[in-house]
Amino acid sequence: MKKEIITLAHGSGGKPTQDLIENHILPRFGNPALKQLLDSALLECPGRIAFTSDAFTVRPIFFPGGDIGKLAVSGSVNDLAALAAEPLFLSASFILEEGLEIGELDEVLESMSKTCAETGIALVTGDTKVVEKGAGDKLYIASSAIGIRRQNPDPHPSLISPGDAILITGPVGDHEIAVLQAREHFFRELELESDCAPLWPLIKSLLAAGLKVKAMRDPTRGGLATVLAELARASRLCLQIEESRVPVKSSVLAACEMLGLDPLYLACEGRMVIIVSEESAQEALTILRAHPLGAQAAIIGEVLEKPEGRALLSTRIGGRRILAPLSGEQLPRIC
Amino acid sequence: MLSLETNKVLESIAKMDVSAHFMEVCGTHTVSIARSGLKKLLPESIKLISGPGCPVCVTSQSDIDYAIALARQPGVIVATFGDMVRVPGTETSLLETKASGGKVEVVYSPLDSLNLAEAHPREQVVFLAVGFETTAPLIARTVQLAKAKGISNLSFLIMHKLIPPAMRQLLQMKEVKLDGFLLPGHVCAVIGSRPFLFLKEEFGLPGVVAGFEAEDILLALFMLAQQKKEGRAEIEIQYRRVVRQEGNPNALKAMEEVFEVGEAEWRGLGIIPHSGLVLRQSFSDFDARNRFSLEIKDSREYPLCGCGEVLRGVLAPQECPLFGTVCTPDSPVGPCMVSSEGSCAAAFHYERET
Repeated sequence: MKKEIITLAHGSGGKPTQDLIENHILPRFGNPALKQLLDSALLECPGRIAFTSDAFTVRPIFFPGGDIGKLAVSGSVNDLAALAAEPLFLSASFILEEGLEIGELDEVLESMSKTCAETGIALVTGDTKVVEKGAGDKLYIASSAIGIRRQNPDPHPSLISPGDAILITGPVGDHEIAVLQAREHFFRELELESDCAPLWPLIKSLLAAGLKVKAMRDPTRGGLATVLAELARASRLCLQIEESRVPVKSSVLAACEMLGLDPLYLACEGRMVIIVSEESAQEALTILRAHPLGAQAAIIGEVLEKPEGRALLSTRIGGRRILAPLSGEQLPRIC
Repeated sequence: MLSLETNKVLESIAKMDVSAHFMEVCGTHTVSIARSGLKKLLPESIKLISGPGCPVCVTSQSDIDYAIALARQPGVIVATFGDMVRVPGTETSLLETKASGGKVEVVYSPLDSLNLAEAHPREQVVFLAVGFETTAPLIARTVQLAKAKGISNLSFLIMHKLIPPAMRQLLQMKEVKLDGFLLPGHVCAVIGSRPFLFLKEEFGLPGVVAGFEAEDILLALFMLAQQKKEGRAEIEIQYRRVVRQEGNPNALKAMEEVFEVGEAEWRGLGIIPHSGLVLRQSFSDFDARNRFSLEIKDSREYPLCGCGEVLRGVLAPQECPLFGTVCTPDSPVGPCMVSSEGSCAAAFHYERET
């Protein structure tokens, strides 16, 4: 059977566009706001909101543990979750390359719909555009999301103080290595999956227990090291972690050794760096570990007064060095 | 958190009260030393100096310019390890050449260049063969496969270098005072430890073949310090789980079949006889220099760039006038700041003052 593909006609705005929306998108995201198909979604937002925007260009669009659709929803949800905001509404614009198999698009949409349902976020508005063959790479997604801020004061680097504990919700680097594995067809024997996941349910469980989060960041591009360096700069304090306490899967370590990559700089798409007061650290860890998304969470370090604005790593053999933000690209188009 | 073992080794080194300068000649060692913060744990009397151990860094400017000129040729795809892409040539880099329309593909194994050539039958694929004895056997295997499969649109820009002749050159130049070498574990896995006996025989210096974990390096440094203390000069192996004295006969055979030894131009060290690999006559069809014969004129390094001195161990990265100001990983002036194995990049990422 001939495979159906996207053609420039799907971007014309006419019948094929309508068909794409009505037969492929609406059935999967049928909420009242979207179904009206107005020029803008009409929404009611109770209270203080957080608003975020992101674009996704990962190659390949399917990788072990996820795909560009799951990544787009997770990425937006996690940017909200990092501000303790409960995800409510999502927009998604699809840039489709002529020749994309409609079956592949369906698979991505299905995965997005499932990820939205897991989190309770509703896709309420969107757009599709088609570009000529060669002008894109199968499928890009641009998304925006709105959430309700559930903690007052909002998590913010200015709340960090000396003595605070630094936590990570799971092993680092799985996503970047999984994408690399899918792209270059090596390390198949590692059986590694991307950590790509929407983290709101996990963060919600922390907030529900009445725990006050001082600051959060999701370590995507640039990884754990870059996020810590940025938090240190923003808080004008020193964030020090211990190498031996940072969870890294042995398969990720093995791949890093072969490719000369540093796991602390690898992108994650389903992890959160969380800073809480020293007194709340153990309770936070217990709550995180009780949730499947945080089963391997760990306390990895603490906040010190000095040196101001620096992130430091205490190495396995007891050396101490700076964690600088990532410069250049370790690997392009991973998210 | 200091492990008990590490602590013991460090204490033993301190107790020996040895004053020495040891050089590592392997980029992976350089990075591992910097990443683990090892230098600051050692007694002040023991200094570690980085030598010409980063394959991309020792590549001469004219070779870089040649690679860039190839990428500018219509119908040519340059296949390369990622580290080469951002190295600045005289006028531009492969990355900039790609951005302005040249075809440059990053590959992770030389074998990928075979697939690339088969997938683009109308174009000429050129693989940039950089590296020491570590990558040479795999490149040799790739050349053999290309010949066996009759792939006529693949060639190789061979810039391979051999590490022992560079070490000899460095010692003959007498610019740095050295008391021993951390020998490269991966290179020795291929060629064995015997090719380093000249250190002992000609220069009376010890060498220890080291693995790549910080603990391996620490142990190897302990072994070097002990030799220094006892006035011995032996070539010893710490990395016994991988390295044999005689090396890996299969890898050596593949190298021998495809390559012969020739002169090579090194950044910082100049032209050194018998320090490089060239394709044997029977494989000369696969030599990109024969296939394209481009002429590269006026190759120049960036004025004041200290890469040459850094590679000879004369200048510490932080002592270069451009380090961290004009030259950073985001806008590198020389290859030592670009390559993930370069000593300037390692110093910038990991050794700035805490």
